[in-house]
Amino acid sequence: MRRIGIDVGGTNTDAVLIEEGKVVRAVKAPTSEDVTTGILDSLKSLGSTGVLAGKRIDGVMIGTTHFINAVVQRRHLTKVAALRLGMPASASLPPFCDWPEDLAELVRGGVWMVEGGHEYDGRPFMPLDEAAVVKAAVEMKAKGLRSVAISSIFSPLDPSHEKRAAELVAAELPDAVITCSSDLGRIGLLERENAGLLNAALADLSRDTIAAFEKAIADSGIAAPLFITQNDGTVAEAHQARRLPVYSFASGATNSMRGAAYLSGLGDAMVVDVGGTTTDVGQLKHGFPREANSVVKVGGVRTLFRMPDLLSIGLGGGSHVSLESAGGPIKVGPVSVGYRLLRDGIAFGGRQLTTTDIAIASDVLQLGDKAKVAYLDAATCQKVFAAAARLAEEAIDRMKTEAGDVPLIAVGGGAFLIPDKLPGVSQVIHVQHGDCANAVGAAIAQVSGECDQIFKDMTRTDAIAAAQGIANDRAVAAGADRKTLSTIESEDMPLAYLPGNSVRVRVRVVGDVAAS
Amino acid sequence: MTLRELSLDDIEALAVGAWVLGTGGGGNPYLPLLNMRALYRDGHRVQLMDSADLADDDWVGTVANMGAPLVGQERLTDSLTLARAVTAMERHLGRRFRALMSMEIGGANGVRPFMAAAHLDLPVVDSDTMGRAYPEAQMTSVAVGGLTPYPLTAVDVRGFESIVHKVPTWKWTERVARKICVEYGSVAATCQPPRTGAEVKKWGIHGTTTKAIAIGQAVREAQRKHDDPIAAILSVEPGKLLYKGKVLDVARRATEGFLRGVLRLDGLDDWRGSAMTINFQNEWIVAWRDDKPLAMTPDLICVLDLVSGEAVGSETVRYGQRVTVIALPPPAVFLSPRGLDHVGPRAFGYDIDFRSVFEA
Repeated sequence: MRRIGIDVGGTNTDAVLIEEGKVVRAVKAPTSEDVTTGILDSLKSLGSTGVLAGKRIDGVMIGTTHFINAVVQRRHLTKVAALRLGMPASASLPPFCDWPEDLAELVRGGVWMVEGGHEYDGRPFMPLDEAAVVKAAVEMKAKGLRSVAISSIFSPLDPSHEKRAAELVAAELPDAVITCSSDLGRIGLLERENAGLLNAALADLSRDTIAAFEKAIADSGIAAPLFITQNDGTVAEAHQARRLPVYSFASGATNSMRGAAYLSGLGDAMVVDVGGTTTDVGQLKHGFPREANSVVKVGGVRTLFRMPDLLSIGLGGGSHVSLESAGGPIKVGPVSVGYRLLRDGIAFGGRQLTTTDIAIASDVLQLGDKAKVAYLDAATCQKVFAAAARLAEEAIDRMKTEAGDVPLIAVGGGAFLIPDKLPGVSQVIHVQHGDCANAVGAAIAQVSGECDQIFKDMTRTDAIAAAQGIANDRAVAAGADRKTLSTIESEDMPLAYLPGNSVRVRVRVVGDVAAS
Repeated sequence: MTLRELSLDDIEALAVGAWVLGTGGGGNPYLPLLNMRALYRDGHRVQLMDSADLADDDWVGTVANMGAPLVGQERLTDSLTLARAVTAMERHLGRRFRALMSMEIGGANGVRPFMAAAHLDLPVVDSDTMGRAYPEAQMTSVAVGGLTPYPLTAVDVRGFESIVHKVPTWKWTERVARKICVEYGSVAATCQPPRTGAEVKKWGIHGTTTKAIAIGQAVREAQRKHDDPIAAILSVEPGKLLYKGKVLDVARRATEGFLRGVLRLDGLDDWRGSAMTINFQNEWIVAWRDDKPLAMTPDLICVLDLVSGEAVGSETVRYGQRVTVIALPPPAVFLSPRGLDHVGPRAFGYDIDFRSVFEA
C-alpha cells in the first residue's frame, strides 16, 4: 500500500508519502491562491528525491479547510433555494430562521414550504404536494437559482419525499445542484436543514476546488484515485465529496489527530496540536477523535455535524509574549503573529516577541538569528515556557474524560511548547514528522458508513443489527472494502413516550479503502 | 391591576431559567425561544400578570405541549397551534379566558404559554402548577389540590381537535390524553383543565416565571462577564451546591413510556474521589452521594454545565461532560403528606422517606 496524503491549509500545503506503513518523506510548500499550484509544488518537492519514480500510488488523499473557511469568512458562497416538505407543521420556523443575518442575506435565494413529510413511525405526515413542488421549481428557475436544498420532516427515517421532490425539481432545472437533507443525517429538522443549506451554499466552491485538486493530480502525472478526507477521519471519493462538501468541514483537525495516532502507534490518548495561532486539544478513542455529539455551530449556524470534540485555545508558535518588565505578569497569547511569524518575530528582525523567539533563545529551535534574542535570559525563558505549559495543562484537563493519568501526543509546528511532564499526563510523546501530522492523517484515512434512525417493534439486538447492516452498505457504497469493516460506534436510545419499543440507533462503521 | 410587558431580553432569560428549572426534563426551550424571537420581530408583545390580580370568577387557560421531545425536533413547535388549543377550549366551555398560565415552568413548556398569548392578546399569569418539570399530569399542584381533572383539549397542526370531556382522576387525564397524542404523531398542543381565578390563587405555584427570568438573567450576565454562572444562580435563589463532577456513564431505558435511567458522575475539585449517581425518569429524581441518598424529589435537582451554567437534559447528557449539581427548594405544596404522595420519592418507586437537602 502506497499513499500520498496532502493537507491544504491556509498557509502551507503539506504532502507525505506513506509506503507499507512508514512515512517515507514529508514536505511543505506555500498554499497558492489557485490551490492547484501549491499542490503541484508540494508534489514536485515530494518526488524530488525520486521516491515516486516508477511506483504505483494507491490513492491520493487530500484534506482541506477551504469549505469551512468560506462559511466563516462569508466568501465564495452560492445563493440557495430552500425547499421544505412538511407543511402545515413547523411553519413558524422557516428555513434560515436561526441563521446570523449577514450569512442569511448572502445565501438565502428564496424559501418554499409545501405539504409533505413523515411521522416518527414512518406513517406519512401529509401526502407530498407534487404540484406545489413543481410550482416552486418554476419560481426558482425564474429567480435564476441553481442550487437547491430540500428538507423534509423525519427524512432520516423515510427519505422518499425528498427524493421525489428532487426528481421533480431536476426535471424543471436540469443543471441544478440538489442537496437532500436525508443525505446529511440526523434527527433534528432545523439542524439537518441548516447542514443542507450550508452544503448547497458551497456547491460552486466545491465544484471548483475539487476540480483544482483533480487538475493538480492529473498535471503531476500521478495516476491514482483522488479521495477527500472527511470530518470523521475517513475519506470519500472525489465525486461524492463534491456533492457533500460540508462533510469535509473539520477534516484538518481530525487529520492531525489521526496522524498523531498513527505516528505514535497509540489508539487511545489525548492529542495536543499546537499550530501558529491556536492549540487544539482532543481525545483519541480507538484511533479516531471523540466526536462532539451535541450541536456544533459553524460560522454561527447550528448544525449536528459529525465533528471532533475539540477545545481550542489561543496558544501557538506565533503567540505574543509580554514579559514581567512590561508591568504585569508574564502573558502568553491569545494574540498571534500568525503567518507573519518569519517577518514579525524578533529573531527574524521584527519587533514582536513570540513563543518561537523564546524557543530560539533557549536552543529549543534552530531558526532565525539567535543573536537578536540573546538578551533573553534562561530564567525568563523558563517562566514563559511554564506559562505556556499551564495554558496547555488546563485545556488538557478540561478535555480529559478519565480520572487517571493518560498519554499525551504533541504534534504541530508549535509542539515545542508542550513540556515532557504535565500533571494528569502519564507520558508526553513527541513524534517524528509531527509537524506534518495532518497530511499523515489524510494519507491513512479510512471509509465510513453511518446509520442513525428509529426502529420500532424490534428487539434491541435486532434493531442494532439492522442499523449495522445499513451502515455497512453505506460504507461499501462510499468505497470501503467490505472485508475490513468494523463498528467503531454503536449507541441506542429508547424514545420516551413512544409506544412499541421505539429505539433510536446510531451505528458507525469504518473500513479500508477498497483497491480499485 | 398591573401588567408587565416582557422584553425580548426577558424571554431570552426565561428560556435559560426554564431549562434550569426543568431539572433534566421538559425539553430544551430553544425552539419556543426561536418562535418568540420571530413573534417579537413581527411586532407581537406579551404581558405578565400577578395571580393576585385575578378575580375569583375569572377563567384561566393552562397551556402545554405534550409528546416526545424527539418528535418536537422534527415537527417544530408552532405558536398558532398552541393558540388553537386555547380557542378550542373556549369554544367548548362557551367562556372566554381572562389569562393564560403555564402547566410546568420547567423546560420548553415554561415558554409555550407566551407563544399562544402573543396571538390571543391575553396576559400570562406569573404562576404554574409544578414549579419545575414533572413527567405526569397528576404531578401538579392542582392535582394535589384535588381540582377537577377535565376537560382537556388536544390539537394537531393539521387541524384535528380532540376534547377529553370527562375522566374520573388526573391519572385518567394522563392516560386518555397520551393516547390521543400518540395517534397525532406523539406531539399535541393542549389546553389543560380550566381553572378559576380562585383556584389559581389557592393552588397555583406563584412567581415562577419571574423566578425563571431571574435565574436566566443571572446566568447570562455571568457568561457575559466571564464570572461563575453557578455562583450567580445561587446568589438569586436559595439553592445549595451539591457536587461537581464528570459524567462517567449514562444508562437509559424506556419503560412505560418514559425515559428512565441512571447518570453516574466522578467527582472533581473538592469532590475528587467521591461518586454521585442520579436516577431519572425524564427529570432527575434521586441523587446519591457515595450510595447514600443526598437529594430527592420534590427538591429540585439541577445538573448544569460546569462552564456555561446552562442546564443539561437527561436525553442529551453525555459521557465526559463536566457538570455542577445544585439543588433548589421545592414548592411548599409538594411538602405536605398529600403532596409527597403525588411527587415524593415513593411516587417514583423509591422506597425512601423524603428528606430535604435544605433541612439540617
